This record gives sequence, C-alpha cells and structure tokens, in this order.
Amino acid sequence: MAELVYGKDGRLLFTKEMKQEYTLLMPQMLPVHFGMFRQLLVLEGYKVDMLTTNHRGIVDEGLKYVHNDTCYPALLVIGQLIDAVKHGGYDPHKVALLITQTGGGCRASNYIHLLRKALEKAGMSYIPVISVNLSGMEKNPGWSLTLPLIRKMIYAMMYGDLIVNVANQVRPYEVMKGDTDKMVETWENKLIDAFQKGKGMNRKEMRQFFDQICADFADIPVAGPQKVRVGVVGEIYVKFSPLGNNNLEDFLLSEGAEPVVPGLTDFMIFKIFNRESDVDLYGGKWIKKKVAHIFKGYIEECQKDMIAALNKTRFHAPGTFENMHKLVHGYLGDGNKMGEGWLLTGEMLELIHSGVPNIVCTQPFGCLPNHIVGKGMIRKLKDDYPNSNIVAIDYDPGATKINQENRIKLMLANARQIARQEAQQAAEQELVGAAH
Amino acid sequence: MNLRVGIDIGSTTVKVVVLDEQNQVLFRSYERHYSKTRERACETLHSIEDMLRGKQVKLVITGSAGLGVAKAAGLDFVQEVYATAAAVNTYIPDTDAVIELGGEDAKIIFFGGALEERMNGSCAGGTGAFIDQMATLMNVTVNELDELSLKHEKIYPIASRCGVFAKSDIQPILNQGGRKEDVAASIFQAVVDQTVAGLTQGRELKGKIVFLGGPLTFLKGLRARFVETLQLDEAHAIFPKDGDCFAAIGAALCSEEYAARPFEELLKLLEESQDATTVVDTMPPLFQSQEEYDAFVARHNASTPPQLDIHTYTGDAYLGIDAGSTTTKMALIAPDGGLLYTYYHSNQGNPVSVVLPQLKEIYEMCGDRITIKGSAVTGYGEDLIKNAFRCDLGLVETVAHYRAASHFNPDVDFIIDIGGQDMKCFKIRNGAVDSIMLNEACSSGCGSFIETFAKALGYSIADFAKMGLFAAHPVNLGSRCTVFMNSSVKQAQKDGASVEDISAGLSISIVKNAVYKVIRAASADDLGKHIVVQGGTFYNDAVLRAFEQELKRDVTRPTISGIMGAFGAALAARNLHLDKSTLLGPEALKNFSHTAKPVTCNLCTNHCSLTVNTFDGGRRFISGNRCSRPLGKEKVELPDLYNYKYRKLRSMEGKGFGNGSRGRIGIPFGLNMYENLPFWFDLFTRLNFEVVLSPESSRKLYIKGQRTIPSDTVCYPAKLLHGHVQALVEAGVDAIFYPCMSYNFDEKTSDNNYNCPVVAYYPELLAANVPDLKKTRFLYPYAGLHRPKDYERIGSQWFSDTFGIPRREVVHAIRAAYQAYDLYKQELRAVGQSYIDKARAEGRPIIVMAGRPYHIDPEINHGINDLITSFGFVLVSEDAVAYHEDYAPRKVLNQWTFQSRMYNAARYVCTQPDMQLIQLVSFGCGTDAITGDEVRSILEQGGKLYTQLKIDDISNLGAVRIRVRSLMAAMEERNQAKH
Repeated sequence: MAELVYGKDGRLLFTKEMKQEYTLLMPQMLPVHFGMFRQLLVLEGYKVDMLTTNHRGIVDEGLKYVHNDTCYPALLVIGQLIDAVKHGGYDPHKVALLITQTGGGCRASNYIHLLRKALEKAGMSYIPVISVNLSGMEKNPGWSLTLPLIRKMIYAMMYGDLIVNVANQVRPYEVMKGDTDKMVETWENKLIDAFQKGKGMNRKEMRQFFDQICADFADIPVAGPQKVRVGVVGEIYVKFSPLGNNNLEDFLLSEGAEPVVPGLTDFMIFKIFNRESDVDLYGGKWIKKKVAHIFKGYIEECQKDMIAALNKTRFHAPGTFENMHKLVHGYLGDGNKMGEGWLLTGEMLELIHSGVPNIVCTQPFGCLPNHIVGKGMIRKLKDDYPNSNIVAIDYDPGATKINQENRIKLMLANARQIARQEAQQAAEQELVGAAH
Repeated sequence: MNLRVGIDIGSTTVKVVVLDEQNQVLFRSYERHYSKTRERACETLHSIEDMLRGKQVKLVITGSAGLGVAKAAGLDFVQEVYATAAAVNTYIPDTDAVIELGGEDAKIIFFGGALEERMNGSCAGGTGAFIDQMATLMNVTVNELDELSLKHEKIYPIASRCGVFAKSDIQPILNQGGRKEDVAASIFQAVVDQTVAGLTQGRELKGKIVFLGGPLTFLKGLRARFVETLQLDEAHAIFPKDGDCFAAIGAALCSEEYAARPFEELLKLLEESQDATTVVDTMPPLFQSQEEYDAFVARHNASTPPQLDIHTYTGDAYLGIDAGSTTTKMALIAPDGGLLYTYYHSNQGNPVSVVLPQLKEIYEMCGDRITIKGSAVTGYGEDLIKNAFRCDLGLVETVAHYRAASHFNPDVDFIIDIGGQDMKCFKIRNGAVDSIMLNEACSSGCGSFIETFAKALGYSIADFAKMGLFAAHPVNLGSRCTVFMNSSVKQAQKDGASVEDISAGLSISIVKNAVYKVIRAASADDLGKHIVVQGGTFYNDAVLRAFEQELKRDVTRPTISGIMGAFGAALAARNLHLDKSTLLGPEALKNFSHTAKPVTCNLCTNHCSLTVNTFDGGRRFISGNRCSRPLGKEKVELPDLYNYKYRKLRSMEGKGFGNGSRGRIGIPFGLNMYENLPFWFDLFTRLNFEVVLSPESSRKLYIKGQRTIPSDTVCYPAKLLHGHVQALVEAGVDAIFYPCMSYNFDEKTSDNNYNCPVVAYYPELLAANVPDLKKTRFLYPYAGLHRPKDYERIGSQWFSDTFGIPRREVVHAIRAAYQAYDLYKQELRAVGQSYIDKARAEGRPIIVMAGRPYHIDPEINHGINDLITSFGFVLVSEDAVAYHEDYAPRKVLNQWTFQSRMYNAARYVCTQPDMQLIQLVSFGCGTDAITGDEVRSILEQGGKLYTQLKIDDISNLGAVRIRVRSLMAAMEERNQAKH
C-alpha cells in the first residue's frame, strides 16, 4: 500500500505509487467535456471516476463540512466528493480527489483549501487532493499535466463546445427521442480514438472534424416549428452543471424551449486575456503578455474555424471572442476579471445581438462577482435593449425548484409574448408593404 | 362564448373567479387553504356547480402553488405575474405600475415603455407571510395589527429582509417599552421599504400605481404607508375592487387562448389528481413505537429539582427573572435550589406588565414566612426589569444558563438553549463560558418559527408538535432560514405531504439548523460529552428526539428546561449572599406605574431610538442608547482608534496642498476609500483639485440611493455607495472619482493582494445603475496602486489624458501621495500603540476590533465601538496591530489585503495576554465565510476567545451586548481561575 508522503509545505502528496493503486474522483461540470477529459486521463494510466451523482445527500454532506455561507458550488462539489468517498463503495484509503484551482480574487479560488478543511473535519485527511491547474501551483509526483495531455484537453474542450452547441440545436426537435445523445456519445468515442492516434489536433484536421460533426448532427431527423430560444449564462458551475442548476436544461426542454448555452472556449480565452490585460492596466513583463497573446490568438483562430463550420450549415453560430469583447465596451472594463468578470455580461450581449434576448442568468446565492456582472448589468441592458428579457435565478441549498421554475416560467411567458408581438408587427408591415 | 374560470393557488390562499363574455366578474372567492390546495379549489368549484353544470368552460390555473396542481391534473397554467399584467391591461389600461403583495411573493410590474415584471428573489421577506409572522410575534391578529398601525406616532427602522431579522429589531423595542402602535406601523413601513428597495432596481415608481393582492386589499395601515412613502394622491394610488383576485381574473382572461371543455370533465381531472403525487425526500420516523417514546420521556424526567410547597415553606428565598424575547420566566428558589414557584408566560410585548402581577402574587403567597433575600434578572428585558423593580443583579443570559445547567450536571461542557427567537449555544471550558454561538441574522429555526407554521396550518403549537412524534415519513426540509423554509414547506405541501410529516420535518430542521448552521458541527464529539439542552423549544419532544438522533447521543433535558435562565438567575442571586434585597416590596408595588415614550436622541450621529420609561415617583430609565450621553452623564471617552481613524479620514477634504484651481473632485466616502483616501486626497490636492467628500453615511443617505440597488443581497457597505454618489451629484462637483481596483496595496503578508469582487468593481455597477451619474463626469478608471513604479507611468498618462495635466507634474504628485499614504499608516500605528500603552498604564483590557477599513463608518458599525468602550475596554483596529506579524502560510488561500490583516491581527492578539479580538462581519460578505473560520481557529489555537459580530443595515445591539458581556464574563472567569 502506498505510503503517505508530505511535501515541504505540509501538504499530503499524490505519489507515483498512488497513481498505480488509487482511484481519482473528479466532479463533473459539463457532461460532454468532462467525460472526454476523463477518458484522456484514463489513457494516461490514471484510474478515474467522474461523479454523476445527483441527490439531496450531496447537499447535506456539503452543509455538514463546508461553512454554510460559502458559495453553493463549493458546497456541492465538496459534498459530492465526500458523499462519494463515504457512500460510493470506494476504499477511502485508495482514493484521491481532483479539483480545479483557478486563482483570482473570487472566493472560488479557495475550493481546494475548503475541500482539505472538510476532509480534516470528516476525519479523512489521509486522502490526497490534487490541484488541477495550468499555473504550476501545488505539484505532485504522481500527477502531471504533460504538454501533450494539455493539448488533447484543449482540443477536447473545443470539440466539446461544438458538440454541445449543435446537440442543443437538434435535441428539442429530434423525431426519435435519444438520437442526439447517441450521436454525442459516438463522437466522444471517435474523438478520443483519433487523439490517441495523434489525429484531430491541428487546425486542418480539426476543420475536417468540425465539418463532419456538423454534418452528422444535421442528418438527425428533426421536425416541428422553431421553439423559443433561451440563453443560459452565469457563474460557471451553476451555469453548466445539472447538479448545480437543478437540471435547468431539462426543464427548459420540457417547457418547449431551446436552450442556448455559450461554451467553455470563451471562458478559456477570457482567462488568458486577463493575463494580457493585467500587464496593460497595471504594468508587468512584456514577455508574459506576449506568451498570453500567442496562446490566446491560437485558440481564437480555432474558435473562428468552429464558427466557420457552423456557418456552412443551418445551425446558428456563436460570435467570436473579439466581437464579444467589443460589445461589452461601455458596460465593463477589461480589468473586471474575477469569477466570470465581463465575460458574463459579454455573453448576455452576444445572445441579445444574435436574436436570443431571453436569458436565464444563473448564480449561486450571494455570488460576489455576479452582484456586479450579472444582476448589476441587467438594468443597463434593459435600457439599451428594451426587448431583452433576463431573469436572474439564485441557486443555494435552501432555494426550492418550485420558486426557480416559477420565475423562469414568467420569463418564458414574456418571451412568447414578445415573439407574438414581433410576428404581428412583421405581418402588419407586410400588409402595409403589399398595399403600396 | 364560454364562461371563463381562473383559479389562483397561492402560498396561503386559493382565489377562484368566473368571468362572463363582457369580462364581468360573475363569481369570486378568496379563501385560506391551510395547505390543502387541491381540496380547497375543488370545494369552491363544487359550491358554484349550479352556475357551471353542463356548460363548456375554459379554465386556467395560476399561482405559485398552482403549478404543481395544474401539472398533476393536466390542466392549463399561466404564470401569475403574466396573468396579473393581463388583468390590469384589460381593466385599468392607463396604469404605469402595479405593486402586488401576496402570501410569500412580492411583485412589481412596470407598464409604459418596456414592460418589466419583477418578483422578489429567493431571499426576501416583506410579504404577507412576514406580516403574519410579525402579528404572531406581537400576539395580535393581522387585523388588530392593522388597527394599531393607524394610531402610530413614530416609525422605527425595522429590517424586513427576513422575519428573523425583523424580530431581532422589534423585540428590543417591545421589551424596552416601545408602543405597539408604533411597532405595527414600523412593520408596514419595513414592507414598503423592502418592496421599493428590492424590486424597483433603478426604475422609478411614478404615475398611476395599482395596488393588488390580499394584504394590500385588506390592510389599511399598509396602504397608508405605501401611499405616503411614494407620495401619491388619490388619482394615482388605485386600490381596485377585487384587487385580491386579480391574478385569478387574469388567468380567466388568459384562458381565452385555450380550449373549452365540459365543466364536469375539468372538475373530475382536478379531483382525481389529488392523490397522484408522492413525497420523495423523507427521513426515518422519530419514534417507532409508544414504548420507545415512554422510555424516552422517563429518562428525561429524571433531571428535576426538588419541589417545595410555597404555601408551607418557611425561610429565605431567591428570585430569578428571565425576561426573554417572547416569554417571561420567573423562578423562586430555596437556598438549596428547591423550587418554590415557577412561571412561564408569553410576555405579550411588554415584560413589565407580566412581571408586576406575578410579583404581587408571589409576595402574597410568601406572606410572613418567606423572605426574598436576593433577586436577579437576565434576558433581553434585563435592563428594563432591573430598573423597574430594582433587582439586585443583572446578568447576561449565557452566564445564567451556565449556572443552571451546572446545577444539574456539574460536568456540563456544552449547553444549547433554543428559545422563542434566539438560539444560544456555548461550550464550557475551565469553568467559563467559551465559544458562544448565536443564531446569526439569516438563520432561523427557533420556537416562534415552528409556532408560526403551526398557526398558519391551523393548529396550536402543542398539538402540532405532538403530531410529528409518530409521523411515518418526516419530510426533509433542509436547514435554512424561515423564508426558504416557507418555500420548502410549500413544495412539500404540493407534493402531498401530510401535516404530521411536515410537523416532524420542521422539528428535525430546527435541529439541523442548530447543529449545522449555528454550531457548525461535523459530529457529536465537536460539541461535548455532557450536553445540557434547554429553552422552551426543547419541551417539544419531537425537537429533543431529533436532536438526540442527529447527534447519536443522549443529552440532559431538565424538566424545567423552559425556565433555566430564571433558575440560573435565582442561583446567581443566592450567591450574592445579601442581607437584604433591593427588590421593590409589596408596599412599593401598590403604587407602581410605568409609561414608555419613544424619542430619538440627537446628541450624536447615531440617532439612537431611545425609549424613556417613567415609573412611579419619577424614576426614569432610558433604553436603546449606545453611550451614556442621553442619560445626562458626560460621555466617558476611552481611547478608541475607530473614532480616531474616522475623524482623521473625514478631515481629508478641501484644497489641502494646492489651490483648488483645477476644479472640484467628488470622492464617495465608502468601501476602499477608507483605505485609499490618504493617497487620493494627497494626489488630487497636489494637482490643485479641491476634494469634496460625500456626506457622512446615514440611513437617510442610504434611502436616497436605495432605489438604484440592483442586487438586494449585496453587503450594506456597498449599498451605501448609491447614496454617496447621488449626494455628490447633488453637490454639483465637477467630476466624481471612484476607481476600480482589482488589487489593493501589497503588504507582503499574503499570497496575493486582491480586493474582494464587490470592492473591486462597484464603481462599474454604479455607472450602470445610478441614472443621475450621467449628469456629471463619473471617472472610474482601473488603478493599480500595488505597483508604485508602474502606477507613476500609467497614472500620469491617465491624468494627462483626462485632465491635460503635464505628466511630470503628476509623477511628482504620485510619489508624494505614496509617501502621504505611508505616513498615514505610520501615524495610525503610532496612535494605536499609544492607546495600547495608555490602556496598560491604566490596567484596562484591550479589544482589537477586526473588520474591513470601512467598518469604522458609524452607520455601518452602528456605534458598536462606543458600546464596547462603554464597557471599559480600550479599542484599536486590526491595522494598528497586524503589522507586528509577518507572512505565514494559512489553511485558506490568503489572497485579500484587508482580510489578511485580520489573520495577522489575530495572531498578534494571541501573543498579548491583555488583548481580545472581536471580528466584525457584514451580512452578505462572502469572503468572511472563509475568514471567520480561519480567524476563529487562529484564536482558539492561541487560547483566545472568538467573538464575531454580524452587522447589517439595521442595528441589533441586543445580540452584540450578549456577546460582548459574555466575553467579559469569560475573561473575568479566566482571570479568577488564574489568581
């Protein structure tokens, strides 16, 4: 059995022996993306389980071990990990926990510390916690994000975004229930296979794959009239995770709406952009800025490829990061970077500009950045775009689904009325036009 | 055309409306449903069968509890705000805005221009349920509350964000003798403020306003508050006929778009859906069998003091009074602790009128046989009762409870007391009270909470509690505050849970609240081995059982659990060993009289709401004060660094080092300006600007900007900024400067030097939400003061671009400004040290009050510093001592400049025997969820006591007093143990 080894800072390390013996538990945020991440890690020789549990017990464990005023995602992620260790049928001495660490002025940077505190409180401080980050924080001998792996993950992220995007546009209309999800699975496996063979990871091959993905999803038989399109933005965890947002996407589907969920790529570019803009705003080494700029430029180019692929089909394409950055001018400055920062407002603006004025803005109760970039910008958006129809929904352990759904229903009722009025106006104009 | 039926199923009522072709209301009803939503709707429909039988009918359901009903029955549903808007559009087409208050929802709809509809978020009191709760608290019906409010003379500030909060505001007012009439009106005013603040979010309420919903239809006093606050005349304040049923009318109107069906079919669908749902989230029962319950009861009944007969006993006796928040308890004991007489009664808002007849009765029963040789009082009403009846001793609740608990279990190491509205838990370490945990502002789950639910469901509290004992499937309701709990119960009702299951679920949730939210324990071992539970709520066997189940441990509940405070006070009176008590005797009581008059103290900016109590013979007692000035005494000025810092910063105004020729720059006096002002003041005045500070914060200033606050759960210090910038616009400055700052000064003691997101970006929020800022030049650049060299370059560029000032001039000024800031810090530390020296010379204890720089604002800390120095402490701020400690790794990410100071201040306090630390935390501050635990662990490891004070827009000095006095008692106990 692997020995417990501690680093100089007193931190329990994840050793090479542990890599052989231990199962890594990872939380799930985006089903498609994280599913691919897991597969990639397995191929690197890790034993990894992705947690897809979704029940009240998770919240109870979270409440027990995390300060209750901490944000809801911390409570859920930590509750889910502890619930899995306790009740998931694992040998607690043979698991390690994976958690992302972002850094930044938001409380979220503290998740890993809160997780360790929680483990201590639960008498399980012998469980190693691995920080997943790209900044070189907290190294572990048994864990390394090698460059080839990072490369695969970044590609997985972009493919994931495209798959989720087209799947969202097909699922509400599919004739055979389940077709879309089957296609998602097919492509997840196809891509992982390709990655292993070293394929699909340059722009040329990616463009081909993008086209194929679009084509395959476009081939799924669909029927029915256009449904109300509803954008989903918010704090990253509750925006994406069904556990965090009480299965928001399913609810929107059941209400006859088509969810539009801006992807992870923009968030990634946003985080790199912040390093660049920090140098502009406060000073710093130009080389730091340059590296960030090059990295950002590459992902932006890939994003443009994705948009181009979508534009060749009947699917709606998202805008570029650059375009979103332009839209947010006059709302928030470049320095607003904590949490989702100006990106959140940017996403709302992009949605409005691309004909999706109906938006659910999700946030954990008391989310600090969202006071500013979410709820704080709705007034101005309403002034500038009177047709915008944004509902802010708070998520927390005590918030009930019924209240959340009632508020979303109000937004949907308004959305339908706006759609009717617009159709009426269009018809009237046509009549006027015909009379002339 | 068909008849149209609208059914609005709200959280507490069902409204049914039938419309004819001309939109005339043929039938309407408004009835409470007591959680039997479907049944109630069906009954009403049956009652109008004659009208509808055999007809094709269009029927649509609406309302917050209607969604589930409609889904289960397969009937059509429209959202209630949407329905209301449809109704208003039809009947009162020229409306500008609608305000609708319901059982648990508050809504505003704006017409004209862009249609906007808003509902209260998940954290919002200020609704019908809130009013119900307040009426229960004051022991009147809602209608009586309304009547009372019409006779008010003054309005007290009361928080309505959540019921718990408001209770903490109201209780002290009542206990200190405030008039019920004034409190009633204040409750309604709180609802108005909450609605206006929470829902308008920057859009002005003007023009023709329609008021809807039950409370606004029935409560004249509430209407009056709205009309007055919004300054409406009769033509613009519309209270329409059927205003309580508008959502149902709207639903009927909306049914136009749906298919008609035979009435019988619709009714059948609704009736047959009744048992279609099941409850998902349940827990195991509290008791499996009667035998189990009997054994449980027998075990607990063993902890009981000897009972003596007051009618035959001869000798000395001691009186203890616990003037609690909702109940008054009294105990008369013999020297050995034997009980002669006890009393437990709701104080009905006036503890004096409860104690007086009891005292008379006790004297009567005592006759010549029994002599009362000592009396002590504890609880919220301590001061008032002590002064009214001249008790010998007043003591803080925690100490009283400890005295009583140790009487039953000398080894007691943990005490939990759940009373009417407060929950107190504390550990006993080395014979002293330690680690006090009180229910903080936003958590509830106390006695009056379950009582309110019992009443809402139509039961007495005793019956309701009993129902839960043998419930087969208690509902899991979670462990959050009352407002959330209302929704959880609503959902459980929707899912068809029985009243028994809900009762048991509520009892369990009280316990979960206590264990996880207040105590925040992971296991029973966190609490202790010898746990004594007390307080009226533990008379409820379901709560007691749930507590033992949750901890998996047997605990002690004395049979006098409800009067332990009074019992402890009596024991304390006994321990005084007095020859004669000062308590008013039977003769003096004959002439006893008491009147209470509310006044506002104008001696300083705190503007305390005072209550002047006058007793017979001209004796007076003033309550509600923070300092001794209104008592006619000279204010004792002990060194207080909060005051020093505040005065110092306020003086940074005017032309300073320059001539003011470049114009007047307004700086809002809030958030990070409390740290950075010395820098900006120096910089701007050196560049020949005149600096104009926004006025000192006050409630009035807050109200000025209240309407533009977009997020009602952000902290109060941030909310105040809206008023500050508004005032600067009105002051006509040339520009307002309020920079965005992701980073603060780097003091090299932390892993990073961020500001919290709210402090960092609030200027951008103001720019987007305060319309009047467009009237002025609002400058909110990103500033990076943490990199002095770079800031010279970047700052000078900005000043040159913005004002055309030569860059060289700016660079000089920036350098000087950095120096000025350093000087300010050094001075602050020196003055702090001189205060500490002075305290040591005079042998006074020192309190380090650790918060954010802006916590020195008297409107934010509500004069807590004055209160603390009035207890004989010398007070310094965290930044006056934090610099003594260097960087050290923490168990949390130490990445915020301000927060990092608190860690180091705590570390330093641990090295100083004569210092204690009190942490100030603003309600809604997310970062303090992290710092609080860390500061606590630093202090506890260093053998210090941890005291946290939560503050919000409303001051609740009662809780602050308990904590500070418990801290003092514990310090004393420790000192005695040492000697």
